[in-house]
Amino acid sequence: MVGPQSGPQWRVTVDPSRCIGSGLCAASAPRHFTLQGPYATAVGDLMEPDEEISDAAECCPTEAITVEEL
Amino acid sequence: MTAPPEASARTYPFNNPAGLDLDPLYAQLRATEPLSRVRLPYGEEAWLATRYEDVKFILGDPRFGRAAVIGRDEPRTHPRQQDSGLLTMDPPNHTRLRKLVAKAFTNRRVETLRPRVTEIADGLLRDMKDLGDRGDLVEGFATPLPIMVICELLGVPFTDRHNFQVWSEAIISTTSLPLETIMEYMGALHAYMAGLVAQRREQETDDLIGALVRARDEDNDRLTEQEMVELLAGLLAAGHETTVTQIPNFVYVLLTNPGKWRELVADPTLIPNAVEELMRYVPLGTAAAFARYASEDTELGGVLVKAGEPVLGSLGSANRDERFFKDPDTLIFTRETNPHIGFGHGPHHCVGAQLARLELQVALGALTRNLPDLELAVPADEVPWKTGMLVRGLKELPVRW
Repeated sequence: MVGPQSGPQWRVTVDPSRCIGSGLCAASAPRHFTLQGPYATAVGDLMEPDEEISDAAECCPTEAITVEEL
Repeated sequence: MTAPPEASARTYPFNNPAGLDLDPLYAQLRATEPLSRVRLPYGEEAWLATRYEDVKFILGDPRFGRAAVIGRDEPRTHPRQQDSGLLTMDPPNHTRLRKLVAKAFTNRRVETLRPRVTEIADGLLRDMKDLGDRGDLVEGFATPLPIMVICELLGVPFTDRHNFQVWSEAIISTTSLPLETIMEYMGALHAYMAGLVAQRREQETDDLIGALVRARDEDNDRLTEQEMVELLAGLLAAGHETTVTQIPNFVYVLLTNPGKWRELVADPTLIPNAVEELMRYVPLGTAAAFARYASEDTELGGVLVKAGEPVLGSLGSANRDERFFKDPDTLIFTRETNPHIGFGHGPHHCVGAQLARLELQVALGALTRNLPDLELAVPADEVPWKTGMLVRGLKELPVRW
């Protein structure tokens, strides 16, 4: 496992005012997103870069997912 | 009266496809047997989930997938077994393909179409009014509106509609067409789309066909030629068959539920909520479809679903689950939240959902504004319903204004 200091990190957030709870991100990137009631949230604030995360962001129907490279 | 789930499979679908009523058996199963064994006209036996939580679970949990359908005899109401396309894929393969088209259907992108969709809707209603004080809303309004929109978005000539409208029936037909005709129409639709793709290689365009062709030609690994053609053909067909059907269904429900049409005429700001409520209330599908296969033993609704077993989830039943929605059989435009699953849930959540929402909002807005005195021109029980389709819908909606 790569430690938090050893590589680039992504800050991943889900905007609750945009999320419609389609379940796309939680189903396609279950290690990174979870549904809390009707809305999705990111599992943790900082994440190791992973195509699964950016793909989920690109598939989000309301563009509620933001990925920031730190 | 309820049998233990394994005892004998019920014959499914329960419903008569004519009309929009859900069979009372769904409510009974939700109460007493949330996971039931069912046998469909084609394919292997399956579980049927009817409660909101269970249906949402099988649609969204990675332990239930669609890719396993390949090589299985899928439980289904239509003769054709689907063997390719987004609905036979799971993440991450599914995500790779879906993200190529998802961008064209985000709410930000479709919102830019609102003025144009409104212009089309108002124009169609003006034409209907010019012809008299009555007409068929299916032919005059609900059919051309979504078709014009998807044509402009994809870059398909609207003048070809009489061909691809006929071929599109192949993707929603259960018994309305013989299998040979379904296969013939699918082939024709794919060949037609391949022709439009070839045109983009001669001359680039800004539409969605052009964008996909560029995505593929820049990087062949993104999607195969066949995937691209099937994806585009699927968007064209699904992109209008559903909304074409849902606009008349919505209007029919509004005109046959006392006071509901007038409520929207009096306060058009209710329309976005009304569209969500109608998506919840109107069971578009004639039956649960696209079974999810369990990849491991999983408990669902108090029953152990074994690895490899297919589970169907009824969206219509989930959306009427009294455990989740207050007064589920009543149309209420002022619900505070409405997490219905009328567009599905999980990786296969309708890719065109935001476009459909826009079209449905614009359609109801234009109708209430232009034809505030709209009413059925025949008794409600005399409107003709389609049969032999995956979706419930009207052949005609005779109205006067």
